[in-house]
Amino acid sequence: MELKDLYRDVILDHNKRPRNFGQIEQPDARADGHNPLCGDRLTLSIKLDGDKIEDIRFEGKGCAISTASASLMTEAIKGKDRAAVDELFHKVHTLLTEQSAVPSPELGKLAALSGVREFPARVKCASLCWHTLNAALEQSDATAPVTISTE
Amino acid sequence: MAANANIMPSRAAQPYDVERIRRDFPILSREVHGRKLVYLDSAASSQRPQQVIDAVDRYEKYSHANVHRGVHALSQEATEAFEGARDRTRRFINARSTKEIIFTRGTTEGINLVAQSWARSRLGEGDEILITALEHHANIVPWQLVCEQVGATLKVAPIDKRGELIFDRFEAQLSSRTKLVAAAHVSNALGTILPIKRIIDVAHKHGALALVDGAQAIPHAKVDVQALDADFYTFSAHKLYGPTGIGVLYGRQALLDAMPPWQGGGDMIRSVTFEKSTWNDLPWKFEAGTPNMSGAVGLAAAMDYVDSLGLDAIAAHEHALLEYATAELKKIPGIEIIGTAALKAAVISFTMTGIHPHDIGTILDAEGVAIRTGHHCAMPVMDFFEVPATARASFACYTTRGEVDKLVAALIKVREVFG
Repeated sequence: MELKDLYRDVILDHNKRPRNFGQIEQPDARADGHNPLCGDRLTLSIKLDGDKIEDIRFEGKGCAISTASASLMTEAIKGKDRAAVDELFHKVHTLLTEQSAVPSPELGKLAALSGVREFPARVKCASLCWHTLNAALEQSDATAPVTISTE
Repeated sequence: MAANANIMPSRAAQPYDVERIRRDFPILSREVHGRKLVYLDSAASSQRPQQVIDAVDRYEKYSHANVHRGVHALSQEATEAFEGARDRTRRFINARSTKEIIFTRGTTEGINLVAQSWARSRLGEGDEILITALEHHANIVPWQLVCEQVGATLKVAPIDKRGELIFDRFEAQLSSRTKLVAAAHVSNALGTILPIKRIIDVAHKHGALALVDGAQAIPHAKVDVQALDADFYTFSAHKLYGPTGIGVLYGRQALLDAMPPWQGGGDMIRSVTFEKSTWNDLPWKFEAGTPNMSGAVGLAAAMDYVDSLGLDAIAAHEHALLEYATAELKKIPGIEIIGTAALKAAVISFTMTGIHPHDIGTILDAEGVAIRTGHHCAMPVMDFFEVPATARASFACYTTRGEVDKLVAALIKVREVFG
């Protein structure tokens, strides 16, 4: 268990200067994520172009891992279609939970999250934004915004 | 024993030998992540001394059987141990009678018992329950549930920016509609020691009963339920160096006598037919099912242990640590202490500018320092201070100044990691 594996430079950078921070006016999809354990809260708003994520922004308060993970996620999925997002979600999930997982090249900067799995208490911090994304996309046809919780 | 049962430190007659005390706690010699454990999370759950572990072990090995049932030797031994623990508890909090000592699973169950037995059978539309803004969820949610059931109203007395109850406003909220005041003796999230005797007295002046959530007070102060004049006082063993899954509800006998049972089952009945059942005497009326005997034995051993050290001596030791840690933490740039009441128990909640408490907790853990991070089951307190969470270090009879130094060093490391 090495702290440097968790708090890599990429993570610290995205925590300090989160990318795509804010809200999209009149989004096509929106969801709130909440991790009651640590009080992390984030709101995702998404602009869709057919099947594609045209734009995505996040807003909220959270720990370094949850903020950096959300920031990295928004960068990684912008421009991708749902199938590609699903695939990436699966790869991130494997990276966060399986001890022996080797980061696949498609993960790019998201590979910086590989240290999280050594800190089981923090896996939910990293996965909150992805679960919230799933909820937003699944409900994008529904009218009411949704709230999901990782407890 | 302080007649007003305030948690004021006083100097111990004997020098306080913390190293000797530490040797009683086997867990304190273990390592975490290759470093010596620095356990600063006793407000969540305190560790157990060998004396408690041995008492539970002896009961399990030599005396266990079901209580109040068999004529055989083991059942009688187990019953004696269990009822002996009840009397030990009576003495510990100076209740009049063992009839007033109900064993529960913990503080939470004690509060739920009063909500579902007393409040549910007594309260209705127009009645009010008054709590404070610094309560643990366990002293909020049971009242919300019962208010919904009976149509009563839950009122909340405010706190100020130091984390102290605003007493005038609390008193102003009392009226003839107020049927119960439920307040913490010590805040788990902030460490504030509430003026519980005054709270009870003004509640009584307005004809209301008073319930005290004593979970955080019981390891730090001598509690005398008669001197306090509390109607209900509830606490958990595991914050008093005892086992989990056992706690105590003290209730005034006349109140308990008049209250209906809240759980039905074995042990709580006198007779059962399909048409009608009648209830057992106090305290068993409120103890349906086979109770936690080994837990009660452990609780009694924990009380013996605490009394052998002296609660005044423990409180003085912890207060010195609190003052030292508060001064040291203030020296670290960017640290803000949340909860700065004039009277505090051995709890320091804090935040660090730009660093989430959860990250603080992880980095401290890597240094072997165990603290609590999060909302401390007091989300309204977090909302009041406009923080999502805090980091909380808490001290116990076995905490040392050296451990406070390690906390400070680890916090400086947190700052380094985040640059």
